[in-house]
Amino acid sequence: MASIAKILRPAVQRATSTARPAVRPARPSRIYQHARPLSATSRRRNDTVDISDIPPTPITHLSEIEAAMADSVSKFANDVIAPKVREMDEKEAMDPSIVEQLFEQGLMGVEIPEEYGGAGMNFTAAIVGIEELARVDPSVSVMVDVHNTLVNTAIIKYASTELKKKWLPKLATNTVGSFCLSEPISGSDAFALATKATKTDSGYKISGSKMWITNSMEADFFIVFANLDHSKGYKGITAFIVEKGTKGFSIAKKEKKLGIKASSTCVLNFDDVEIPKENLLGKEGDGYKYAIGLLNEGRIGIAAQMTGLALGAFENAAKYVWNDRKQFGQLVGDFQGMQHQIAQSYTDIAAARALVFNAARKKEAGENFVQDAAMAKLYASQVAQRVSGLAIEWMGGMGFVREGIAEKMWRDSKIGAIYEGTSNIQLTTIAKLLKSQYTS
Amino acid sequence: MAALRILVPVKRVIDYAVKPRVNKAQTAIETSGVKHSMNPFDELSIEESVRIREKKSYPHGVDEIIAFSIGPPKSVDTLRTAMAMGADRSIFVETKEGEEVEPLAVGKVIRELVKREGINLVVCGKQSIDDDAGQTGQIVAGLMGWGAATQASKVSFGEKGVEVEKEVDGGTETVRSQLPMVITTDLRLNEPRYASLPNIMKAKKKKIDKISAEELGVSLERRLKTLKVIEPPPRQGGGKVDDVDGMIAKLKELGAI
Ligand SMILES: Cc1cc2nc3c(=O)[nH]c(=O)nc-3n(C[C@H](O)[C@H](O)[C@H](O)COP(=O)(O)OP(=O)(O)OC[C@H]3O[C@@H](n4cnc5c(N)ncnc54)[C@H](O)[C@@H]3O)c2cc1C
Repeated sequence: MASIAKILRPAVQRATSTARPAVRPARPSRIYQHARPLSATSRRRNDTVDISDIPPTPITHLSEIEAAMADSVSKFANDVIAPKVREMDEKEAMDPSIVEQLFEQGLMGVEIPEEYGGAGMNFTAAIVGIEELARVDPSVSVMVDVHNTLVNTAIIKYASTELKKKWLPKLATNTVGSFCLSEPISGSDAFALATKATKTDSGYKISGSKMWITNSMEADFFIVFANLDHSKGYKGITAFIVEKGTKGFSIAKKEKKLGIKASSTCVLNFDDVEIPKENLLGKEGDGYKYAIGLLNEGRIGIAAQMTGLALGAFENAAKYVWNDRKQFGQLVGDFQGMQHQIAQSYTDIAAARALVFNAARKKEAGENFVQDAAMAKLYASQVAQRVSGLAIEWMGGMGFVREGIAEKMWRDSKIGAIYEGTSNIQLTTIAKLLKSQYTS
Repeated sequence: MAALRILVPVKRVIDYAVKPRVNKAQTAIETSGVKHSMNPFDELSIEESVRIREKKSYPHGVDEIIAFSIGPPKSVDTLRTAMAMGADRSIFVETKEGEEVEPLAVGKVIRELVKREGINLVVCGKQSIDDDAGQTGQIVAGLMGWGAATQASKVSFGEKGVEVEKEVDGGTETVRSQLPMVITTDLRLNEPRYASLPNIMKAKKKKIDKISAEELGVSLERRLKTLKVIEPPPRQGGGKVDDVDGMIAKLKELGAI
């Protein structure tokens, strides 16, 4: 973090204090370094930056580092993950060697500062990585997404220095994390959660159960939201750290799912789980704020998972119809009826990606991005489902069989409309913000 | 004996997965808007150099690994990749977009750098996949009067010198040479790593020194003029025969036997 701050901060300050000529130099990535990555990592303090003097660049433009990352992750995903995608889906299990290599590549610590063993990159770099992974496997992508955007960010933003020192180096190199908010009785209405925390002499005791917890099978580190004082309603919700193996903690059930089958989703039981007081994350009673904050930005990650999925499904089918399959003496992709669908689909993907990257850049600039993130996730999940569904049709029977990735991408796309806030919940958020804007 | 000072020339080329297309004027390959990446053989060269350091396979160690590229401005990305994979710093000779430099000129530039930097090992790809000239390594060796072990599939350092297994038709040939020397790399040599994210960040801080060919006293003037570039004729679909007799009949029909 220190280093990227060093690179970016003076540049940003310079860019904000002196109007830079809005000429595009020969190496656009250069000006970008000065202009765009208003890195979240260099400013965690919620201060907005005046970006009015920065020459606008296309939203598709990546910094040199982000582009290098996209390149490297794409190569890794295609060489290492792609050959295992079908098998992991059929087995409904993540290959441990992939988890190991994700750590080796630094993909599990994208935003973790360098002094804690992470890559010390910016938020959009994480988004780029999540998208590239989803082009190949949305299951691997969500593992990386939850670990980075929810778990790591929670520690970076809210944990004490001691907790950071203890956990960030592990989260960056060998320990998978889970984010435990949802429960059997509380889904969309997340803050109605029933899991209870009580104070003990040495710390806290947690009892209750969690449901739908991503990464449960792989994780050793769980951020658990529990209510310390139900009489205070959601203001009693507090975040704790629970390690796997703590007495009373158990995985009760692993769900069998429609899609993202290689990503584990489990029910967890907390049977009077005692944790030391150091395992309090942030402040008592502030858990709901953390959850809202984390999910607001985490949503951009899910949106990126969905645009990546859509791209992956699109490319797979486009290659087939334009290279392999001939009917009536010509490539099926050369029929106008096909081409118009293909063109429409790519336009939809480009629109969704613009929403996603715009939300990410606004977050990095310290602007209000809540509505943008909700729109991005809503729209990206719709596009992902539509495009991956059409992609199957373009491929005919070859898209329908459990070979290749076409049918899997469509199954995987469904989750985008459900987790980290259902589509209805996104619409509610968008409408609420719009109403406040238009109410006189 | 001195530690190794390795120079690794790298080139930015059209990505190996992209199908190259000839431009309308038939003067060159279409490069704008096409995905580029590091020449795959150069990845092997960087990887091998970094492994020599990591595995301490050379008894006197590796002092420095310098990546070098000559090419258009975007080649900087390729040098960053080389440094993210483990090169310590880079030297860049910038040319204009679309300006092709011939192997002899590249070789002369490398010769000057070898002298300036006190290089005792040049590790380069056996060819670059864009024009497949396959000359640079040998030219450097020739200009320097060094040994060249081409198409390496294994490199090891023994008491008697550097041993290189070379890919040859139907097997390998093992040669031994003394430093300084040139090694050109072939596909089975190693499996190049992916640049990890922390290393991408570190590469950003490594140095790229720009120097012009003039400063090195080398002329990049071309000696060859490209007259025309055409795509290979589309493959004629082959016919299938049922059995050996069918094949013989077909060959006779074609006048081949
Ligand atoms: C594969 C998977 C992984 C998950 N991973 C995690 C995880 O790691 N951590 C975690 O904490 N949770 C996780 N979840 C939980 C996920 O966030 C919830 O499923 C989601 O919030 C929806 O809750 P629910 O399933 O209870 O649906 P419900 O809330 O029961 O919703 C059912 C339907 O009612 C609609 N609805 C509900 N309220 C309203 C309203 N006010 N207005 C209009 N419509 C409404 C919803 O839109 C939906 O259509 C995961 C879920 C899945 C399926």
